[in-house]
Amino acid sequence: MGQRHAYTEYHPRWLRRPVSTYWWLQKRSYFAFILREASCIFVAWFVVYLLMLVRAVSEGEMSYRQFLSWSASPLILLVNLVSLLFIVLHAITFFEAAPRAMVVHVGGRRVPNGFVGAAHYLGLLAASVIVVWILLGA
Amino acid sequence: MRDSITLQVARYRPEQESEATFDEHEVPCPKEWVVLDGLNHIKDRIDGTLSYRWSCRMGICGSCGMTVNGEPKLTCATFLSEYGRGPVRVEPLRNFPVIRDLIVDMGDFMRKLVRVKPWIVRQAEKPLSEGEYRQTPEELDDYKQFSMCITCMLCYAACPIYGLDPKFIGPAAIALAQRYNLDSRDEGASERMEVLSEHEGIWGCTFVGECTKVCPKHVDPAGAIQRYKLTAAVESMKSFFMPRGA
Ligand code: SF4
Ligand code: FES
Repeated sequence: MGQRHAYTEYHPRWLRRPVSTYWWLQKRSYFAFILREASCIFVAWFVVYLLMLVRAVSEGEMSYRQFLSWSASPLILLVNLVSLLFIVLHAITFFEAAPRAMVVHVGGRRVPNGFVGAAHYLGLLAASVIVVWILLGA
Repeated sequence: MRDSITLQVARYRPEQESEATFDEHEVPCPKEWVVLDGLNHIKDRIDGTLSYRWSCRMGICGSCGMTVNGEPKLTCATFLSEYGRGPVRVEPLRNFPVIRDLIVDMGDFMRKLVRVKPWIVRQAEKPLSEGEYRQTPEELDDYKQFSMCITCMLCYAACPIYGLDPKFIGPAAIALAQRYNLDSRDEGASERMEVLSEHEGIWGCTFVGECTKVCPKHVDPAGAIQRYKLTAAVESMKSFFMPRGA
């Protein structure tokens, strides 16, 4: 491997076709892949946003109110809206991938992929219910 | 029903030219004709210098993979009638260097394939007198899907990661490693893990998923890689928390 071949009578003169920089625009599925990869930026943004919220709360009511009005500004609203869309994409594609990585056996039988995927959605639903319950109960 | 269709066939004659060119030919297209029949027609009746690989013409030898209208396909399993009025553009598989016309150099793939030891590895063979290694149908099911791979390299042609980084070991090699790892008779998983846990091994894959889409044998190499990543992660966790442990 890795050895450089010179063209000789006995070695082919290869035709090499380099991959275009814009390969990810050449096919819909490649583009969808790039969107999915980009979604992690928005996941990171939500983590930062959450940390900012926690800090604002810890600094007292004034800074919390400031944080709220800053969040209500059109720019931040837009950023958060776009982020939400990407997070949904992230979740869906992640849940699609998970059953392919996890092969679950129950009682010596392989659990069909659909069930594993459904279990992830159920988990999400359960977590959401708990969050809503905490929010409304408080 | 039209009785002929245009094939645009990529040519590359290294002794004459340094770029690929296209030849156009009208070929008959009865409904049972596949792209490979069209190429054979050209070679037999029109231009005998056209070079391409094929053997079984029944989707099992894995040698007739080419790019048909931009998609990696087995040309013996792709009907001309799928392309309606045509034209049908036939090019060599992407991501591999072209030797001539539609023939690519598959040396890189072959060298990678042996690195993952796609055969049953035993630490110690049991004596012949103890009989064969038995396997239940459930144990067979664990790896059967991966054993369907015909090493046609369509998945490499579809993989943008392999195109960008030719060091990436690639989908079929990993799927075939899984084929043996998941075989109850095999004891070579740790040897394969050394090769596959390299940076250019499983971690090179970013799960574009195209390999699975183009695979003519439903091997699901993308799934094999993700499964392997999970195994590798669990293994390294284990060795981290239980350095000498089980
Ligand atoms: S995994 Fe599928 S596409 Fe890839 S070489 Fe094997 S049969 Fe061909
Ligand atoms: S000729 Fe054998 S797979 Fe197509």
